[in-house]
Amino acid sequence: MILGIIEHDRGVIEATSLQMLTLGRGLAEQTGTSLEAALIGDDAASLEETIKPFGMAAIHRVTHPQLDDYAPAAWAEAVVQLGRARGAQAILAAGSDRGNEVLAHVAAKTGLAMAANCAQVEAGDVYRVLRLRWGSSLLEEAELSGEIKLLSVAPHTVEATEARCDTVTVEDFEPTLSEADLRVKVTRRDETASSGVTLKTARVVVGGGRGVGSAEGFAVLEELAAVLGGIVGGSRVATNNGWRPHTNQVGLTGTRIAPQLYIACGISGAIQHLVGCKGAKHILVINTDREAPFFSKADYGVIGDLHEVVPALVAEVKKRG
Amino acid sequence: MNILVCVKRVPDTGAKLRLTEDERAVDTRRLGFTISPHEECAVEEAVQIIEREGGEGVVLTLGPAEAEEQLRDSLARGMDRAILLEIDGEDWDPQRTAEAIVESVRREAASGHQYDLIIFGNESADSGGYQIGVRVAHALDLPCVTGVKGIDIRGGVLQARREIAAGWEVYEVQMPVVLTTKEGLNLPRYPSLRGTMGAKKKPFSRSSPSHSEGDLRLQRVLHPADQGKEVEILGEGPAAAPRVVELLEKLGLLE
Ligand SMILES: Cc1cc2nc3c(=O)[nH]c(=O)nc-3n(C[C@H](O)[C@H](O)[C@H](O)COP(=O)(O)OP(=O)(O)OC[C@H]3O[C@@H](n4cnc5c(N)ncnc54)[C@H](O)[C@@H]3O)c2cc1C
Ligand SMILES: Nc1ncnc2c1ncn2[C@@H]1O[C@H](COP(=O)(O)O)[C@@H](O)[C@H]1O
Repeated sequence: MILGIIEHDRGVIEATSLQMLTLGRGLAEQTGTSLEAALIGDDAASLEETIKPFGMAAIHRVTHPQLDDYAPAAWAEAVVQLGRARGAQAILAAGSDRGNEVLAHVAAKTGLAMAANCAQVEAGDVYRVLRLRWGSSLLEEAELSGEIKLLSVAPHTVEATEARCDTVTVEDFEPTLSEADLRVKVTRRDETASSGVTLKTARVVVGGGRGVGSAEGFAVLEELAAVLGGIVGGSRVATNNGWRPHTNQVGLTGTRIAPQLYIACGISGAIQHLVGCKGAKHILVINTDREAPFFSKADYGVIGDLHEVVPALVAEVKKRG
Repeated sequence: MNILVCVKRVPDTGAKLRLTEDERAVDTRRLGFTISPHEECAVEEAVQIIEREGGEGVVLTLGPAEAEEQLRDSLARGMDRAILLEIDGEDWDPQRTAEAIVESVRREAASGHQYDLIIFGNESADSGGYQIGVRVAHALDLPCVTGVKGIDIRGGVLQARREIAAGWEVYEVQMPVVLTTKEGLNLPRYPSLRGTMGAKKKPFSRSSPSHSEGDLRLQRVLHPADQGKEVEILGEGPAAAPRVVELLEKLGLLE
């Protein structure tokens, strides 16, 4: 059978786990076996109904007095024991922070290979996987062998679709955990009050890069963001020079954004920046250099100095408002 | 406090990735090289901790002879000593890479160098396997916190903060510990001229681990399907403003 680890944070599930189940169901069909899911911790019980439509034959409620909050090595130990007990041929997780983390612990505990961020999987004695590299700028075809195949599913590469099984059995499983598995467990949380518009959720993002030239140079970008109800972001050059905090960084090692419109000012369009704004509906690039690579990934462009173009834009918007 | 930081040499790819003819790697003939920003932050954090608490900072990589460049760069930023596990040819898979790092840590321990802290990037810039730090932690029977963006050390207890959708979660662990870090942990310094000069004289050891094949084998790299956008140039300079505003209106962004 194929075992899927459902990622949740205190009972809150992300779409990526449903995408993972969909890929897992396909894999189960390919290999003529069934899909089963592991729900770890008491607070996951509420998720049974959410995941049932995605086609698993069994749900394993994994509980233990010490599994009252997230503990990566303990989650992994539970998955290893469950996977062995059920004779899993593959174990899947979402390619998210926690999904990749738990699976890496499973890999480390068992000595098995793990393929992170797979977009496609072809089963067989040896699995053939297509996985993301460079944060999705490149793809890699790889072979994965080992007694149990460990795969994480790249977020948003598979569309979650329902296909309910006629019967879904629900079973309890209690793993045996050691002290060592519980050395790392959430001790405390600091929940920041969500302060309105964030880079992830903004409708408009105004990004600035090296072309902005200084921290002060961002004032006009702030102004444009303000009149459009948006938020300012930046390239790594802007954050690395200390012009903007790292929380503003768009890209591979920053935030992935998905606004209606991304206005990129003085940013060249390096691949590590582009992977961060792939989710934008529309992209407008403002750059002095017509040959800047960003133009070939944009919907709209203005050729010119951002220090002139952006203030003119602010004035024009105000005039219409 | 003795700290080991593991880094990986990767091409600084810029705007375009070209592939080698055998389609197994990025064509690096016209590229510079760097390490992941996550790993730059790991180096910076190690240097800051040692500046505060004393101790030795060691930087390690498994890579080609040319990876000396990345190790020297870390030495210039304040690390004290470098270890190059020299390999030729292609990258090793994550299992074998982790084993080689573990072996090196054990060798160091046998000669009296124990680490209180071993730091990795959360994921490597090129391959993004999300696992080498965790594998090394298990092999050494150490606790491991991944994706760390804040570190606080008091009396042998390390507090690691990591970002989640709802804010932050905090882990408290007894040292020694393995961490994997993310960019944003700190703002790395640029190497000073003095640092760069000094880096040439810092201790640097080389050895060649022996290789066996792993269970995750790269076959080929390829470009994802191109979205093939055709850009519409709205104008040049400030004169383009009215057309941009028309666009904003069309997209319904001026309500
Ligand atoms: C592993 C790794 C991870 C990375 N992660 C990220 C990441 O998360 N996010 C990120 O952004 N980068 C990231 N980078 C860095 C990335 O490769 C580029 O170096 C960076 O994005 C370049 O920033 P930039 O476009 O602002 O600067 P540049 O590439 O220097 O481009 C500046 C642009 O501004 C234009 N310009 C100059 N003056 C003006 C003006 N007055 N008006 C208008 N245009 C002007 C220029 O024509 C040029 O196109 C990463 C790199 C690596 C190796
Ligand atoms: N060849 C290598 N040499 C030393 N450290 C490495 C190497 N490859 C990866 N690492 C470290 O392991 C981290 C995670 O890598 P990965 O598991 O490939 O995503 C990287 O950020 C580095 O800190």
